[in-house]
Amino acid sequence: MSQAVAPVRHVLITGNKSYHNITEDLCVPTEKSPTREWIIAFALSAAFLGLYVFAICWTVWKGIGEWGANRTINWAWDITNFVWWIGIGHAGTLISAILLLFRQRWRTGVNRAAEAMTIFAVICAGQFPIFHMGRVWLAFFIFPFPNTRGPLWTNFNSPLLWDVFAISTYFSVSLLFWYTGLVPDLATVRDRASGFRRKMYEFFSFGWTGSAKHWQRWEALSLVLAGISTPLVLSVHTIVSFDFATSVIPGWHTTIFPPYFVAGAVFSGFAMVQTLMVITRKVLKLEDYITINHIESMNKVIVLTGTIVGVAYLTELFIAWYSGYIYEQFAFYNRVFGIYWWSYFGMMFCNVVSPQLFWSRNIRRSIWWTFFLSIVVNIGMWFERFVIIATTLARDYLPSSWSYYRPTWVEISIFTGTMGLFFTLYLIFTRVAPVVAIAEVKSILKVAGDQYIGPDAKHDGHGASHGKSTEKKEAEH
Amino acid sequence: MATESKKVLYGLYNDEEDLKGAVKTASAAHLDIMDVYTPFPVHGLDPILGLKESRLHYLGFIYGAIGAMFGFLTMTWVFTRDWPIVFGGKPYWSVPAFIPITFEMTVLFAAWGMTITFYTICGMWPGVKAQSLDNRITDDKFCLAFDVTSATDNDVDKLKGFFSQSHAAEVNVKTLG
Repeated sequence: MSQAVAPVRHVLITGNKSYHNITEDLCVPTEKSPTREWIIAFALSAAFLGLYVFAICWTVWKGIGEWGANRTINWAWDITNFVWWIGIGHAGTLISAILLLFRQRWRTGVNRAAEAMTIFAVICAGQFPIFHMGRVWLAFFIFPFPNTRGPLWTNFNSPLLWDVFAISTYFSVSLLFWYTGLVPDLATVRDRASGFRRKMYEFFSFGWTGSAKHWQRWEALSLVLAGISTPLVLSVHTIVSFDFATSVIPGWHTTIFPPYFVAGAVFSGFAMVQTLMVITRKVLKLEDYITINHIESMNKVIVLTGTIVGVAYLTELFIAWYSGYIYEQFAFYNRVFGIYWWSYFGMMFCNVVSPQLFWSRNIRRSIWWTFFLSIVVNIGMWFERFVIIATTLARDYLPSSWSYYRPTWVEISIFTGTMGLFFTLYLIFTRVAPVVAIAEVKSILKVAGDQYIGPDAKHDGHGASHGKSTEKKEAEH
Repeated sequence: MATESKKVLYGLYNDEEDLKGAVKTASAAHLDIMDVYTPFPVHGLDPILGLKESRLHYLGFIYGAIGAMFGFLTMTWVFTRDWPIVFGGKPYWSVPAFIPITFEMTVLFAAWGMTITFYTICGMWPGVKAQSLDNRITDDKFCLAFDVTSATDNDVDKLKGFFSQSHAAEVNVKTLG
């Protein structure tokens, strides 16, 4: 091995798999006809997607006056949902990029699905600011291009425009990263297929052969993409937080926002990965590839980032008091004890208290607890964005314009509809591409497979170059 | 990617360590290896094959630098020459505010530039037909290939002897292209 080998190695692939078993297990879900569960899930997701399309048509036809947002609370559900989805879209790149740089092998079991999830979550996130523009047919005005209006340019000093750049860059770079990783696996599917399917996968696998030089370039590309995606993923939520932090609204213009948003994004992203993975591994029978060790590793990230978020909440309160600035103090007093107190306590409970249960090893390694807490965390992170946005705006400078916000059926439909959009895309993905990175799992088999390093290892599994091949050779000859 | 047809003699191995051993023997015997195909990146293969490190990352740096310059200079030109506007009493050329977009453009150009270069130099594009020797190479076989288009029978026999000595599981001939 040319890479460093960690002293403590966990079994990440169970079931005494051979390379062929891995191909077989991971390709089969794309090859057999959909199961009944899949069809039901797809029908349900598609129904919600239909609701989304209807609610969006309604919004565009009638205008955003159909939403509950008003003159005081002008950013409400839409921006809450936007930030929520963008946050969810952070785990994929974190898993594939940062964990690649840290040489964490457990990433190979979950990176493919997490990256796909990232892309779909960013698609969902993008819907909200686009339709919040109102006259959506003019949405292309957000891009600076030579035009016949002057040319009139966009405001490059505005965090909202930075957001446009950050999110479109993030989306397109994540897509490249994901697809380039997918190409060798699509070639594997291609080489097993026949007829029309083979033609289709031939087209999408770009003529991949597995040549040594191509693999070398592929690894070089993956490494550099990981290297540049790491600051990118941190920049995206930093810039999203600038939307608030560069304003002059008490409760928003705090310097803690960038790290606090990034930690929150990773936190919610991992929670969503857990929600999806716990179901996916069961339904597609991938328990040998997405093991309890994988789930535990992700739960450790959740307890860490949840605690960072908790520290950020308390720091905010402390600084608000310590500033001696009454407007700041009022904003935070109002946030905790004001009209939206329930959302603040919901947020505190879901994001700070509940993940602490993961300090217990048994809970961390329990599927049911993981699934339950991942949902709780997702709800909590939604509350966080709602707390930041709606409670702050509801009590602004002028008591005469204080207001209360309630979502209308249109907004609720759009939000639940984006979940339909998300799950529809995810379900299609599980049918057309391997949800676990086949080539990457094969490449760690001999350092993380149970027959090599597990308690019943047939081979002596100590040291970097254990006698994996000699024994095999002896067996063969 | 060569367009003329090629006759290829190839051996399939069951394990990457067998393949590495065979590649070592082949380079020691000065056999001219056409290519090696594997189902996943095999570490430690590049040096024994004599492959130099990829220079893709240098290009990545250059693309990134172009992106940074493009982003920064465009904003500079727009706000100081083409349409200067005062925002919030700040100078026209307000450099700190340009940093986020400059950064994003750096990443965008580096990522797209490198990816497009990668596919181009590997001869890979949507719809390209794979010059694949065996369907199992993307599954669990490790392939070592020799170009025998203009080889004599004697040479071919020598290579076949090499394959049986290096414990290849299978030896086949296929015409590519």
